[in-house]
Amino acid sequence: MNIFTETFAWLADPLHWSGPGGIPVRLLEHLQYSGLVLIIAAAIAVPVGLYIGHTGRGRVVAVAVAGALRALPTLGLLVLFALVAGSGLMPPVWALVILTVPPLLAGTYAGISSVDSNVVDAARAMGMKELQVLFGVEVPNGLLVMFGGIRTAVLQVIATVSVVAYLPLGGLGRYLFDGLVLQDFPRMLAGSLLIAALAMVVDLVLAAVQRLVVSPGLSARSKGGRKAATDFSAAAPAAAAVQGGTA
Amino acid sequence: MAEAMIEFQSVTKQYQSGQPAVDQLSMSIDRGSITVFVGPSGCGKTTSLRMINRMVEPTSGTITVGGRDVTSVPAAELRRSMGYVMQSSGLMPHRSVVDNIATVPRLNGVPKADARKRAEELLDVVGLAPSLGKRYPSQLSGGQQQRVGVARALAADPPVLLMDEPFSAVDPVVRDELQQELLRLQRDLAKTIVFVTHDIDEATVLGDKVAVFAVGGKLAQYATPEEILRAPANEFVASFVGRDRGFRHLAFTTADGVAVHPVDAVTRGGDARANADDWRLVVDDQQRPLGWEGPGLDSQLIPGGSLFRPGDTLRRALDAALSSPSGLGVAVDGDGKVAGVVKGAEVLAVIESARQVRQGAL
Ligand SMILES: Nc1ncnc2c1ncn2[C@@H]1O[C@H](COP(=O)(O)OP(=O)(O)OP(=O)(O)O)[C@@H](O)[C@H]1O
Ligand SMILES: [Mg+2]
Repeated sequence: MNIFTETFAWLADPLHWSGPGGIPVRLLEHLQYSGLVLIIAAAIAVPVGLYIGHTGRGRVVAVAVAGALRALPTLGLLVLFALVAGSGLMPPVWALVILTVPPLLAGTYAGISSVDSNVVDAARAMGMKELQVLFGVEVPNGLLVMFGGIRTAVLQVIATVSVVAYLPLGGLGRYLFDGLVLQDFPRMLAGSLLIAALAMVVDLVLAAVQRLVVSPGLSARSKGGRKAATDFSAAAPAAAAVQGGTA
Repeated sequence: MAEAMIEFQSVTKQYQSGQPAVDQLSMSIDRGSITVFVGPSGCGKTTSLRMINRMVEPTSGTITVGGRDVTSVPAAELRRSMGYVMQSSGLMPHRSVVDNIATVPRLNGVPKADARKRAEELLDVVGLAPSLGKRYPSQLSGGQQQRVGVARALAADPPVLLMDEPFSAVDPVVRDELQQELLRLQRDLAKTIVFVTHDIDEATVLGDKVAVFAVGGKLAQYATPEEILRAPANEFVASFVGRDRGFRHLAFTTADGVAVHPVDAVTRGGDARANADDWRLVVDDQQRPLGWEGPGLDSQLIPGGSLFRPGDTLRRALDAALSSPSGLGVAVDGDGKVAGVVKGAEVLAVIESARQVRQGAL
């Protein structure tokens, strides 16, 4: 038996689909951690990104800080937070939030600043107030670009949430770490496949949401842009899964 | 004397140190008229225009609209009382054409259904098919987008329209069309329109009054287009107005004094020619001109020149004569039937006598 058929056998084993360590439970844990990280990160990154995009103020600082945050090693940060802040759910979540804020912030900011300045100027000249300009013109017209950033961030979170298993808190990452410890490679591979599959499904859902909320008037104009964004995020799950598997 | 709607009082705008963009501008803009700001690039036309709706705040001086200092009104409210059209249509890509047009009424709290209904009416006013209303701006041609831009500016029926080079990004044919339609609209609406262009032709066609700006934001001349072409205030205005100003000025005098001579016209394929030495005007069976047959028995139909219609200007009369292959300008009546021909030499004589009359009057 080679590793692929073994992996298949592992995945097909009904034992692995039930109980407290079963795939459904791990999947749910994984989604919950990812969701929590994303909600907190979005609560920070989106308002700041909107503010910077709309006013153009603080752009230099934000780019520098986001770049510095991105350079931090995931696992190192996680261990550091666990050491400093103790055990429990929140230290790793905060560590992941720090890693998720930069792409979300960059995506939000890029979306807002991608809107044609003439359109924004015209909106103001018609008598829109600043908040009306932001939410009535800049956000709806920047959504397509913003979705690119959001989808990248979501994929990154789903991949890196695997590392919380190191602490150990569960999630699909458990299969990777347990497999590593037990030298059970089919289990590791199965875990990676599950993470990749989850990332793809979530990305498909986001693509569907994007289709629903982004005005057709935008895609009529920037067909090329939309395609590029999709290609980029389609390539991301694979990369993200690799990143998660080696974390 | 027309009543002033917009007044600039010693308005200066200085962006950075150095030359001001607009320098001590004082002028008064008549209610219900089209006032054109014209001048070379960077002379402060856009800045002056945008100070009216407070998109730019003056460094010093005051601007009043309808007697009220613009700074006494909240900026957003002030802007909703003025339509604004710019060079790039500035339409919102994510909204349909109808929703774009309905923007200002919606901001003013008009219910969605009513605002849309009004927007659909406006499509017709600016000469667009109702079916275009459901499209998105990116699915329209440049000319159509500008029409939508005009419709959007008109939607809340503001007394003032500010237009910043609205037609300069479309091709000359479409521009001509849009200019004529703006004039047609203005006959019904009688808005106070401030129109920015760098094209002196556009300025003289559209303007009831033209303000020529010189670089540094100085008002070089502010007068009727006729006067600016006939009597430029200084060297700068003269050179800006250009070489053809003498010819263009003819567009301000009607050609009533030009004699229309009878002409024998034949229908195409009619009787054989007795005398093949002359040009013959060919008409269709309703007496509308088709073109000319040149000298020579086997001659073909040559397309005619521009037509001279009742009430046309000296410029049209002269052009009809100059553009005709036979040298005779074809005059038609209100129904487009041939009324006769005008002769270039006689048009020139009328021009000369008009000049003498003007000089005598001075
Ligand atoms: N926001 C700004 N900041 C600094 N300088 C500006 C700004 N806007 C305009 N200027 C300067 O003010 C001067 C007048 O500009 P303005 O846009 O009013 O010219 P314009 O007559 O409309 O020119 P154009 O025909 O090219 O549109 C120019 O020298 C320009 O560089
Ligand atoms: Mg300008």
